[in-house]
Amino acid sequence: MSSSSIHAAAAAGATRRPAQPDAHGTRRRRLRKVLGPHPLGWLFSAPFLVFIAAIFAYPLGFAIYISFHDYFFTAPGVVVDQPFVGFDNYVRVFTDPKVLQSLGNIAIFVLINVPLTVVLSLVLAAALNSVVRFRTFLRVSYYVPYVTASVAVVGVWLFLFSGNGLVNQILGPLAPEPSWLSNASLAMPTIAFFVTWKELGFYILLYLAALQNVPKDLYEAAAMDGAGKVRSFFTVTVPGVRPATVLVLLLSTITGANLFTEPYLLTSGGGPNGASASPVLVMYQEGIEQGHPGYASAIGIVLVIAVLLIAFLQYRFAGGKER
Amino acid sequence: MKKKHFAIGISAIGIASLALTACSSGDTGAASEEARGPITIWYSNNAQEVQWGQATVDAWNAEHPDEQVKGQEIPAGKSGVEVIGAAIVAGTTPCLVFNNLPAATGQFQKQGGLVDLSSFPDGDSYIEARSGAASADQYRSADGDFYQLPWKSNPVMIFYNKDLFAKAGLDPENPNLSTYDEFLDSARAIVSSGVAPYAIYPSPTSEFFQPNFDFLPLYAAETGTSIIEDEVATIDSQAGLDVAEFWRTIYAEDLAGKEPAQADSFANGQSAMAIVGPWAIPVYEGKVNWGSVPVPTKDGTAPEQTYTFPDAKSVGMYTSCKNQGTAWDFLKFATSVEQDGKLLEATGQMPIRAGLSTEYASYFEEHPAYVAFASQSERTVDDPTGPNTIATLQTLRDFYTKAVISGEGDLQAELSQAADDLTAEWTRK
Repeated sequence: MSSSSIHAAAAAGATRRPAQPDAHGTRRRRLRKVLGPHPLGWLFSAPFLVFIAAIFAYPLGFAIYISFHDYFFTAPGVVVDQPFVGFDNYVRVFTDPKVLQSLGNIAIFVLINVPLTVVLSLVLAAALNSVVRFRTFLRVSYYVPYVTASVAVVGVWLFLFSGNGLVNQILGPLAPEPSWLSNASLAMPTIAFFVTWKELGFYILLYLAALQNVPKDLYEAAAMDGAGKVRSFFTVTVPGVRPATVLVLLLSTITGANLFTEPYLLTSGGGPNGASASPVLVMYQEGIEQGHPGYASAIGIVLVIAVLLIAFLQYRFAGGKER
Repeated sequence: MKKKHFAIGISAIGIASLALTACSSGDTGAASEEARGPITIWYSNNAQEVQWGQATVDAWNAEHPDEQVKGQEIPAGKSGVEVIGAAIVAGTTPCLVFNNLPAATGQFQKQGGLVDLSSFPDGDSYIEARSGAASADQYRSADGDFYQLPWKSNPVMIFYNKDLFAKAGLDPENPNLSTYDEFLDSARAIVSSGVAPYAIYPSPTSEFFQPNFDFLPLYAAETGTSIIEDEVATIDSQAGLDVAEFWRTIYAEDLAGKEPAQADSFANGQSAMAIVGPWAIPVYEGKVNWGSVPVPTKDGTAPEQTYTFPDAKSVGMYTSCKNQGTAWDFLKFATSVEQDGKLLEATGQMPIRAGLSTEYASYFEEHPAYVAFASQSERTVDDPTGPNTIATLQTLRDFYTKAVISGEGDLQAELSQAADDLTAEWTRK
């Protein structure tokens, strides 16, 4: 169709409806503008959107709401005054020694757990990838702690690391005093080692999957260039699994930030003297036990922001070309 | 275009969230103190109380075909406080719970979960007549009303292992455990003789309820008063300092374990003493040759004048209950002289009833081990009742784990700071 004929058709249309634009057509165009070229897509994604709204967005939005109020949970139909308190709960978060201590504790946890997780899981995955005999047995062995209930595994660690436990019996005079889990300096590192050990199987699986995507040609090329196994590991394997490394970094950081079960069970409520209390444990005490969900929510929101910030930095600096 | 769709998605989620938020309250319908009909109750899940609960329900149901009671064990959860708190919010509480923690009552009341028992025409008079006015008063809420019926107690005393005491050269029949100095000397003798690694082993963990089994029994014995009086913490006193100093010495000299015990340390001989209630009598029967004495005081107090922590449980009636008339009648039935006697018989726990020793004289004649506990149950100081009781107890525990168990800081300064913190927590809005 030539441009002149288009113009002619347009002119004809203009002649037929000189002042009144097609209302139906305009609405359709607007609708299409809003819903996009495939409106049916919204229908298909609706279940997931509803899921996200109900399970993630609503609780998060509600948590933000109550963090700005003197809020507490009531029986249905009970009307109580829950006044807006502005940033009071947030000010308290940053001045409460208990919360600050728990944030410090979690920093220690992350500093030990995250690097250890990345290094150990990558090294073990690379080793498992090259092992021929007992491969399945070894893979299952590493995965067993991950799929075992924390409560059961905690029982084993309590047996190992108690004052009269196996570890101290082996260490003899070198055993720390007070013992691991009742020692203010060692409680959090012990928890970090426990979580590293327990979660390792999952991260090894992630790396094993990533290792399958590293082209074999690169190893051959490196070998032809004279690279040994160690050199190949650093120049081929490590860059080759960078996306998995970013994922492991993010997941292990989030796991650390959400730490609850281990201090709750392993050190019986964050002891000794709060040395292993995590922010989520403090949230539980404040929000569930003590009836201050507004304050607990403020701690939670601060935690979410901190995790997002750390995750962004990890993505920015460890993501490399994958960004 | 992608950004626009993302924005639309977020907006849709936000709108849905707001809609859901707006739907977060409901109504359980009207309830009346006169209404009668079927009700549900919860009781504790230990075998003895289940036995008592079922028998009580059966006895009631046989006489009240139109007001049947359904008895259930309290649902499993991390703790009864959490389970009941969640049930209040969900509106799924039963009419009565025979396992309320008095420390949680103020919180449940603030949530609008509890029925004011004083609003029944004979509410106050029944509770005061059953428990005695003085004993009942400590379970009143700040507004002067009863939102709980004080039901039963397990007053804590010192259990000691007679065999280990004898091995350590201590008198197993009349041990010197009355004053702090005597107690410490006995404890040192036990540990230094090697008969047990520890003299006593209270749980050193950080949960809010742990002060009830170390600091508070001794503080009650020393003062006969609560840790909160007239909205102010009372622990910054000579008595508070003496109690804290006593326990600090115990931990500093390794007379007690600082890490959570993996088993019952009194039963397995790891410690020669324990702070327990009468529930322990059947537990240690045949395992430990035990004796019991009141908790120590600084200068020694006659047993018949010594106070302690009651480790009590109360009964609460919940606002979700529609047939509150039946619930109140059943509550009086279940706490009658007859049913209290059956509770004592089945569990060995002490009904909070005035004149307990004389009312059930025949029981105590047949079970002499319980006599001291019955006497002790008349002199108890429970946790204060308020919306911030648990937070206040947690603050006390935090002070204790730091200054007493870990021995950090100047004890007097830490105690003064703790008292200020307790007052702030108690009055926290």
